[in-house]
Amino acid sequence: MTHVQHAPASIEIANGALSFGQRDLWQDLNLRVEQGEYFAVLGPNGSGKSTFLKVVLGLTHMNSGQISVLGAPARAGNPGVGYVPQQKSISQNTPMRARDLVGLGIDGHKWGIRLNTRSYRSKVDELLEAVGATEYANVPVGLLSGGEQQRLRIAQALANDPQILLADEALLSLDLHHQYAVSDLIHQYNKRHNATVVFVTHEINPIIDHVDRVLYLANGRFTVGTVEQVMTSEVLSDLYQTHVEVIRSNGRYIVVGGDQNAEHEMRQGLEHALPADPAKGHH
Amino acid sequence: MNSLVLGVTASDLLSRIFVFDRYGELVDLLSQSIWAGAVLGVIGGFVGMFIMMRDHAFAVHGIAEISFAGAALFLLLGFNVVTGSLVGSIVAALLIGLLGVQRAESNSVIGVLMPFGLGLGILFLSLYEGRSANKFSLLTGQIVSISDSQLSTMMIGAVVIIAALVALWRPLTFASVDPDVARAKGVPLGFLSLAFMVILGIAVALSVQVVGSLLVLALLVTPAASALQVTASPLKALIFSVIFAELAIVGGIMLALAGTLPISPYVTTISFIIYIICRITGGYKRRNSASGRHLGAVKVAS
Repeated sequence: MTHVQHAPASIEIANGALSFGQRDLWQDLNLRVEQGEYFAVLGPNGSGKSTFLKVVLGLTHMNSGQISVLGAPARAGNPGVGYVPQQKSISQNTPMRARDLVGLGIDGHKWGIRLNTRSYRSKVDELLEAVGATEYANVPVGLLSGGEQQRLRIAQALANDPQILLADEALLSLDLHHQYAVSDLIHQYNKRHNATVVFVTHEINPIIDHVDRVLYLANGRFTVGTVEQVMTSEVLSDLYQTHVEVIRSNGRYIVVGGDQNAEHEMRQGLEHALPADPAKGHH
Repeated sequence: MNSLVLGVTASDLLSRIFVFDRYGELVDLLSQSIWAGAVLGVIGGFVGMFIMMRDHAFAVHGIAEISFAGAALFLLLGFNVVTGSLVGSIVAALLIGLLGVQRAESNSVIGVLMPFGLGLGILFLSLYEGRSANKFSLLTGQIVSISDSQLSTMMIGAVVIIAALVALWRPLTFASVDPDVARAKGVPLGFLSLAFMVILGIAVALSVQVVGSLLVLALLVTPAASALQVTASPLKALIFSVIFAELAIVGGIMLALAGTLPISPYVTTISFIIYIICRITGGYKRRNSASGRHLGAVKVAS
């Protein structure tokens, strides 16, 4: 890490604090994400994972503290930042083909109508090719499967060659095959372009081989470290403030709450952690 | 004997619906109205695309009812009815835009505003003591009295609407079909939503004059909905949407010219027939073409 210490941080948060009403999401958050790092944000529902992304995107402001993204204060519309949202169903009647969805990532934010259609079209083709979506380029998005739509989302997010890629539960509701395909695409971009990836997820297993560090949020507290450092019974028990068992099996992690309360709180994490592991055998 | 009576009644009815005596003269006489219809068709086709993208059909209906209240109020006070419907529409559009930021929220706001607007409209109309034909035409439309100045108002309105849509085209599309990513990209969703509401208000007010406030949907929603049944390409959808709107409104006016019936049944019927044809075509296309996705499945099954 020492060799990158002088380079400006990709994302840097100093003394960050954020709460909604009575509920603290985090306090005294000091974080430096290096350029090219694959950074996962984990935690149960309501722990502030998605809010963390919104802060980086400049859509939510922290109550106190500073955040800089690529050397400047976080702001919406930073061209150096790409964003992959959670998969949502798209109406069949939406007047949009696969290529149009990707195209929005190129110039959808600009005023007026598109004038230079030739360079636009070749850029769209290139992006579709990169995520393996050429085959269904002209199919209405509403007719595509969740996995196909997420590939397009990635192409859309990569349209402006961002230095930071933010993914919010990008694998949620995808089947296992597509989970790995989509996470591979993100990993490739991370490696080839030395791009920073911030991946918000319930479940670390599909991306575990790629992750450099983890921010684990729970109950208004957090822990930052490598996967090995964070995903232990001691660290997570301390974080949840109740006994939590972390089982490591075949390179995957299963988190099991020690008592009923914890189990209740962590059900979301469990639902995603548990089914993935037996299925891993088929892969 | 019975069948003879029925036959006479039927032909009587037909002669009321389709009258072509001295048709050429009538076309000349009412060419203003036909031009007005053509202008409305362009507006309907353009605005309809975004109404569909934003899922705003209910808002159109709500704005139309309140525009009727505005027109009725101005009629009662002795002012210009067209100005009244424009004022009503824009007030309604802004209220819906400001009170209902989320889509689900805006539907309930419309549901609350619409009956109140309609009630006010009925109140103003029953207080009005002028010619009763004026009352009815606010609801169901009319074609006879399109004046020169009305036509030029419509043309100016159309130019304003289309210029505004062209300027907002890409971000409005982005915000309509993909709001989460658009917000992250810095697209001003709130501004676009309000701006579109104002555009919608103007479009509704202009359309109400010809097709009436009850049936604005046939002009602003049905053509675009039909177009989206047959294509997902944004450009093709726009072109089809304008063509369908033109067929419905200009065709409807041409048929209505000679008869004694209001124009709206003609427009809505043509609009509806186009929609049915598009649904059938679209369903067939989805089952049998490569872009419909089901080609592979159908082949495997057979």
